[in-house]
Amino acid sequence: VNLELVTASLWRMAAGVPITLQLVGTSMACGIALATLVALASLSRNRWLSRVARGYVYVIRGTPLLLQVFFIYYGVGQLEWIRDSPLWSLFRSAYWCAITALVLSTTAYGSEIIRGGLLAIPRGQLEAATAFSMTPWQRFRHVTLPLAIRQMVPAYGNELILMLKATSVASTVTIMEVTGIARTMAAETYAPIEIFLTAGVLYLSMNASLAGLVHILEAGLRGRGGLHA
Amino acid sequence: VNLIELFTLGPGGWGDEMLRGAVMTLVVAVSGFIAGLPFGMACAWAKLSRSRLLRFAGGVYTTIVRGVPELLVIYLLFFGGSGVFLKIAQAIGLSGSINVDAIGAGVLSIAVIAGAYLAEAFRGGMLAIPRGQSEAALAFGMPRRLAFRRVLLPQMVRLALPSIGNIWLLTLKDTALISVTGLVELLRTTDLVAGSTRMPFTFYMSAILLYLGLTSFSTLAFRSVEDRLARPSQPVSAQ
Repeated sequence: VNLELVTASLWRMAAGVPITLQLVGTSMACGIALATLVALASLSRNRWLSRVARGYVYVIRGTPLLLQVFFIYYGVGQLEWIRDSPLWSLFRSAYWCAITALVLSTTAYGSEIIRGGLLAIPRGQLEAATAFSMTPWQRFRHVTLPLAIRQMVPAYGNELILMLKATSVASTVTIMEVTGIARTMAAETYAPIEIFLTAGVLYLSMNASLAGLVHILEAGLRGRGGLHA
Repeated sequence: VNLIELFTLGPGGWGDEMLRGAVMTLVVAVSGFIAGLPFGMACAWAKLSRSRLLRFAGGVYTTIVRGVPELLVIYLLFFGGSGVFLKIAQAIGLSGSINVDAIGAGVLSIAVIAGAYLAEAFRGGMLAIPRGQSEAALAFGMPRRLAFRRVLLPQMVRLALPSIGNIWLLTLKDTALISVTGLVELLRTTDLVAGSTRMPFTFYMSAILLYLGLTSFSTLAFRSVEDRLARPSQPVSAQ
């Protein structure tokens, strides 16, 4: 193994880490907000709202992410009304197409996590809250939300790791994040094994750091336990 | 443009190309998944073994494969193993038009990835079997291997089946990533057809429908197997 090459490539790939983390951060932030809405919609008593939400989740979970990226990046441009609209400046940019695809994807998977968390709340808790004559908002804020969040954090931590891995598909639409740089370097140096293994190490350490953060968050939530959560 | 004309089979339309792509996706997914079963079994066995070294090795495999992007695994095996599959194919007298390297690397990467996830599913299934089952089998004087085959394996499969179904769906979707090696499966076919017709929206949309068809069918198939195995008092045959 050529150690010089490995260190050189590590430095160049490290330049891609901020872009990878930016893709993860942006899409997770938008994704959590949208996933909450989709989860509430799919649990809603309005049949149409719930059907639309479930249909959306079904389509996203049933198709490969890479196809979604290509559909947004290459496919949407065929529609004239998109090209004529101000949205076109967004869909023309590979970066925003990648972000859009990642957000759509994590929204679908996240909404299932949130839905599961909301469904896992024991009925008795909600009944007790109602018996205390809490308003629906108070009940949501002080009973449903804290219980659901504690239920969801481990699963969402898992989703975070999956998203970090998923950002690598952005490299297929010219984004120079870690995988994109690795791909370029492998072609330049004719040493694909060293380069891709180094990239793997980089991903593993990013994963370990994110997992550590989730762990701290979980411990924090447990520490605040009891009725005052 | 007339949609029906666009998707007819034969030289006039692109229907047969798309279907051929879907078949290639299925072939790679099925063979990769089947090849991944022994990986998963071996690794689950290692992780459950009493030897600390084996447990460590199993843990390293699942942690690395599950912690690194699938795309990277595919690049590593395709570019890193470049030429290996071609040489094997030539050695056994196979040569010709199909891209052996892309197929070989594709199947192998699917097997490696699916194997890591399957290992966790198998291990979970094993751990969920009540201890009394294997104790009873051994008390009956069954040798360990027979007890595994007749008592533990059938129950493990039944317990792990929902996870196995999920992993199959992941595998099916992961095959789309193999398009980066130039293997003409469903997504790569769609790229090519979308390029030559200049109708990317139409064809990517049809690929979405084809993938949805494959995943929906898989979900239904796994559910019916699960229902069959869940039926009470029905012996699970494991001859």
